[in-house]
Amino acid sequence: MEGFGKAWFTSNIKSASKRVFSGGWVYLLSISFFGILLLIGIGAGIHALFIAGSRHAYATSREIPVALLIATYVFFVVASTGLCLVSSLGHIFGVENFQPLAKRCVYLSIITILSGFLVIGLEIENPFRMALYNVISPNFSSNIWWMGTLYGFAVVFLTIEFILLFNEANHHKAVIAGFLGVITEVAANSNLGGVFAMMNGRPYWYGPYFPFYFILSALLTGCAFIIFFFFLAHKAVNKEPLMEKTKTALHAVSKLTLLLLAIIMILTAWKVLTSSVGGPAVTTALSVLTGGPYAFNFWAIEILVGMVIPFVLILASKGKNLTVMFIAAVMMIFSIFFTRVDMVVVGQIVPQYFDLGVVEYSKLHTYSPSVHEILVVLGGTGFCVLAFLLGEKVFSGFADAPRTEIIKEKTTAIAGAEEPT
Amino acid sequence: MKNPFNDKNFLESPCDAERRKFLKIGLKITGVLAGGTVLSLISDIDRAYSLDIFRDQYPYKPHYAMVLRQDRCIDCKKCMTACVSTNQVPDYGWRTKILKRELPAAVDQKWDFIPILCNQCNNPPCVRTCPTTATYKDKTNGIVQMNNKKCIGCKSCIMACPYDARYYNEEKQAIDKCDFCFGSRLSTGSHIPACVEACPSDVRIFGDLSDPASRVFQLVHQLQKPVWVLRKDVGAKPNVFYMKD
Repeated sequence: MEGFGKAWFTSNIKSASKRVFSGGWVYLLSISFFGILLLIGIGAGIHALFIAGSRHAYATSREIPVALLIATYVFFVVASTGLCLVSSLGHIFGVENFQPLAKRCVYLSIITILSGFLVIGLEIENPFRMALYNVISPNFSSNIWWMGTLYGFAVVFLTIEFILLFNEANHHKAVIAGFLGVITEVAANSNLGGVFAMMNGRPYWYGPYFPFYFILSALLTGCAFIIFFFFLAHKAVNKEPLMEKTKTALHAVSKLTLLLLAIIMILTAWKVLTSSVGGPAVTTALSVLTGGPYAFNFWAIEILVGMVIPFVLILASKGKNLTVMFIAAVMMIFSIFFTRVDMVVVGQIVPQYFDLGVVEYSKLHTYSPSVHEILVVLGGTGFCVLAFLLGEKVFSGFADAPRTEIIKEKTTAIAGAEEPT
Repeated sequence: MKNPFNDKNFLESPCDAERRKFLKIGLKITGVLAGGTVLSLISDIDRAYSLDIFRDQYPYKPHYAMVLRQDRCIDCKKCMTACVSTNQVPDYGWRTKILKRELPAAVDQKWDFIPILCNQCNNPPCVRTCPTTATYKDKTNGIVQMNNKKCIGCKSCIMACPYDARYYNEEKQAIDKCDFCFGSRLSTGSHIPACVEACPSDVRIFGDLSDPASRVFQLVHQLQKPVWVLRKDVGAKPNVFYMKD
């Protein structure tokens, strides 16, 4: 690998800046928009934590202590695990069809974790203490400690992998870093599920369902993110036709998406069925989700928009019609976000002493997000999209040698067409 | 040949059977008003608190516990006032509270008052979930305590607590909870928490559960009246017990 000298650094910064500023006015406008969104989100979070106080600025309470922001964190980090896992199928586990996804997926995996960290950093009351006491006073029986620490390590491994992926000579080292990245991502994701699954005082969450569900849901989210961002990268940002091998990869991703959608549908059905025969706290939570204030979210957004319609669309696209696949991916991502919010809030909506029949805990809790919370979510989203847009230009569309390959592919196609039959 | 196992007398003496039957009838009657399931009341008495092996396993010395004689509570809220002033509890939080339950079918008292507070569990879900050990089980006395400077405010302990005993205190920049007044009173020489001292009807009995001479020990280990805990199904092994006088 070339040395990372000052000259190398300066020349790369210069050429990357040139690529960014020559992206066209729509691109620059998008960068500005998402950059402003990021700044507004950070500003709202800082204002909430350090000026107004989260009790006043956020809609969380003693009864529902975590809500939209934790759901957003879960959304981003689960997406990161999914992106890492799907990309690892190719360049780590050797499934050829998935190999062209590597670089962009690893990059997306890094920026989605960072988006999650940004949101949780603006949710936790004392983020600076977290940085210190997570290290000097760890609780090894805490799933939150493991989750945070493992996701932290995952960022490091994925970043090393990403750097190494740019030089073919380092491929072996990249595979090792990537393998460590996958292990830490999966372990972190599993512990994230464990945060909820180990809450023995919250019957809706308690049990082995969520760690298992989170892994599969991560894969599905990863697939949706891949289709979404690959489509945007090629059609909107780089405006280059997809290479054949990328098309094949996306075809494979669409097949995997169908399988995962089917599994998630079965899992969701069983979650509903088993909850319907649980104790009062579980059945009440279920009735809130399926027949109460969250029924629209569940039936319309989670089931219809997030599972049934995307399944039909991807089936109809046959993994080749990218526009249809993109629409399905948009629907899935939108739905998965609400699925996370529903899971986090519905798990806390039944009061702790509901069974006791006392006046104070006789009504279900309610939650509506505050403006500050929504702005922080938009800030996290702004960071994710901004980092994606910048990444596409800074890393030249994540291609090894895109122009040459396209030309080569076109030449082969022309030569093939001219051959006598 | 007659199967000896079908003969009740083979398994237990008539005296034991009568005693158990009588006890169960009593528990069923009182259990209805106590509010818990009758089955859980009986099982609490029979399995948990009367066994000598359980007494031997109290891991702390003193093993602080509280017995709440629920039917004595008149909802005067003096315990809450004392707690607020002793521990500087802000108006948006509470460490102890009295819950009200309406009993329309009851022939006499139509309301039941149930004081609640941190149950100082032996198997505390809040301690397990805290990422930085900001909340911990005191190795000497078993009180679930807070080390405020380590609290990152992730609120996972609030989520984990089955007794709604925690809230985020803005002034302390940490989670706040009942510590049996350890910080404000016990550590400075007092023997009882403020709520216990303030209660005019002697609802709250506080003491060392591992000491056979203490009132909490005697109330928890007697067999005549049912003793129960809240949310027993969670398995947190609370040290706050409930009974009727």
